[in-house]
Amino acid sequence: MTPTLQLFLIASAALFCVGLLAALSRRHAIFILIGIEMMLAAAGLNFIAFWRFGPQPALPIGVMFTIFAIAIAAAEAAVGLALIIVVYRHYRTTNVDQINQLKG
Amino acid sequence: MSNWFVAHLWLIPVIPFTASLVILSLSNARRTAAAALAIVGQIIALSLSIAVFWPTVQTPGYRLWQNFTWFTFGEQALRLGFLLDPLAAVMLVMIAFVSLCIFVFSVGYMAEDKNFTRFFAYLSFFSAAMLGLVVANSLLLLFIFWESVGLASYLLIGFWIEKPSAAAAAKKAFITTRIGDLGFFLGMLWLYGRSGTLLFYDGGNGALESAGLLSLGASATSIALLIFAGAIGKSGQFPLHVWLPDAMEGPTPVSALIHAATMVAAGVFLVARVYPIFSLGAISGVTPSLTVVVWIGVTTALISALIALAQWDIKRILAYSTVSQLGLMMVSLGVGGVAAGIMHLLAHGFFKGLLFLGSGSVIHACHHEQDIRRMGGLRGLMPLTFLTYAVGMMALSGVPLFFSGAWTKEEILHATSLWSASRIPHFLMLLGVVLTALYMTRQMIYVFFGPRRTAAAEAHESSPILTLPLIALAICVVALSVVLTPAWPWLHDYLSGERPLLQFALLVQPALYLSLILVAIGIGCGVLIYRRAQLTDPLERALPSLFRFLQNRMWLDKLYDWTILAGGRFAAALSDFLDRYFWDGLVRLCAGIGSFFGGLTTRFDEDAINAGVNDATDATRGFGRLISRRHSGQVQSYLGAIAVGMLALLILYAWLT
Repeated sequence: MTPTLQLFLIASAALFCVGLLAALSRRHAIFILIGIEMMLAAAGLNFIAFWRFGPQPALPIGVMFTIFAIAIAAAEAAVGLALIIVVYRHYRTTNVDQINQLKG
Repeated sequence: MSNWFVAHLWLIPVIPFTASLVILSLSNARRTAAAALAIVGQIIALSLSIAVFWPTVQTPGYRLWQNFTWFTFGEQALRLGFLLDPLAAVMLVMIAFVSLCIFVFSVGYMAEDKNFTRFFAYLSFFSAAMLGLVVANSLLLLFIFWESVGLASYLLIGFWIEKPSAAAAAKKAFITTRIGDLGFFLGMLWLYGRSGTLLFYDGGNGALESAGLLSLGASATSIALLIFAGAIGKSGQFPLHVWLPDAMEGPTPVSALIHAATMVAAGVFLVARVYPIFSLGAISGVTPSLTVVVWIGVTTALISALIALAQWDIKRILAYSTVSQLGLMMVSLGVGGVAAGIMHLLAHGFFKGLLFLGSGSVIHACHHEQDIRRMGGLRGLMPLTFLTYAVGMMALSGVPLFFSGAWTKEEILHATSLWSASRIPHFLMLLGVVLTALYMTRQMIYVFFGPRRTAAAEAHESSPILTLPLIALAICVVALSVVLTPAWPWLHDYLSGERPLLQFALLVQPALYLSLILVAIGIGCGVLIYRRAQLTDPLERALPSLFRFLQNRMWLDKLYDWTILAGGRFAAALSDFLDRYFWDGLVRLCAGIGSFFGGLTTRFDEDAINAGVNDATDATRGFGRLISRRHSGQVQSYLGAIAVGMLALLILYAWLT
């Protein structure tokens, strides 16, 4: 079985769907963060796949993008975790069902 | 000096009027100040009256007037004025003097009344209005004071307002006289329409001067009769006399003032004042209007003299006697004896004031008992009151020689005997003289003679403040006769503008014997009938039905009650019915129509306009609620929405490419 673009895209889509499902269905804020990270990873995988099977696989453009994306994701995860800690300190919970102060 | 007083004639009514206003502004507790102000005002008015009286004595036929413009409308100026002539001057002195006596008497009589100050304010006002009435040189100004007199009488008759009978009597007096005043007012308007002026004298242009009288023509009779209607009301002539006896509900000084000096004198004075209108076009002293005056006077004089025979209230007897005497004066004016009528008015002012104040003294002593059946034997207990009352009684009855009333009555009888139209009034007046003597004897016997009955038991002579005015008036009653005798008819000639001559030979006239006989008959019959009078009247025992007829005032009040008042009540009920059912129905119908249209527009508003707006709001609110429900605050649902949106975009993209 030769690796093809479709295979990577399906894997990436599956990973995105898993992440989305986690972000939508879990109650714990940290799991939602994990889901979001998974969707980010799926996007990164797409970058790599399109670069590898694209017109110029020799240039390290896709890798560079992905490394930047991972770095940003790391920073974003740090911000997200910090937010969760603050939310926890405030509400004494991380269950997003009980954190509904954004309602209009 | 006297000219200054004549030029300031208006001060005479203004001073008591000012006093009245000042007294009204005083508090109820300032009794002394109120009485002092009223009396001082009256003394000043009396002094001024005497001051202006003097020049009229010096010049026979004196007449002086001052006119001024009240206001101007368009081309015409309404002018009023003051007039001084013998008639006005002599009335001024009489009114001011009798009022002064009554004021002094009131200080004692009303001493215990809680509204003492108000009483003096009204008294002053009453006197001011009457003084103004006699000096008016304009029918309009006279009418203004005339109505002021009416107002003052209303206030004073109803002075004891907490007594329902007093309130009713005040109303009766005011409304009854108002009927006559309506006639007076119409006559005044008519006069103005014909002659264009209401001034009496205006240098040849006045309504009572030849030019003004000429312009009246044939309407003079109607005008005179309309003005006489006012005099009928004020002077208590038949058929409007019913208010006068009821006016006895007021305090006794008020009765005295109404009967002697003010109010009732106004009617006689009015006729005398506008006499030229009455006598216009007279054929040997007879005109239709004067004939009416004579017969009204005769009817009044006889009816009330008869009614007076059967009254039990000491003041009511005097009231009917006043009505009777006023009738006599009217007869005198009607038959042409103007001077005689006015002389009797003056003499009557003094002796009737005396009699009323005397009855006040008696009532005061008997603890406000007015029924003569409960008095009796007061002669020994109240000698001063008895003596002065006797003087008044003899003057009223017409005992010859020493009493002023006798001379004036003789003058009147003399005038009636000369009337060319008919001799009947003369004989009826002779009968009136007998009746007068009879009812006065009856009253004297019941009050001052015989056994002491219940109310007289604790009676005692009144204090000097009550008796002094009585003595002053009694002296005047006797002294006045000096200027009334045929030997020296000073007052008569003064009034008719001639120089009096002293002729002692004329002192004793045939008429003197006639009146002596008549009065003797009256008093003799009175003594015979009432000598042993007890609680039931001898007349009542002899002729019970006649007595009852007279006691109930010939049923005249009842007759008015059944006819005029019943008519009034019927009209009131009718208009009440119309109001309730007819007019009210109309109003309700209009209201119904309005209400129907109102309902219609309401429905349109509610169902069309409001409903549209409501639906729009409901829809907006529902949509808002729907949207707001999406804002659950659940982060995940937001995220889901984003995902769904993303998916939708993807599908759209796929479908498009």
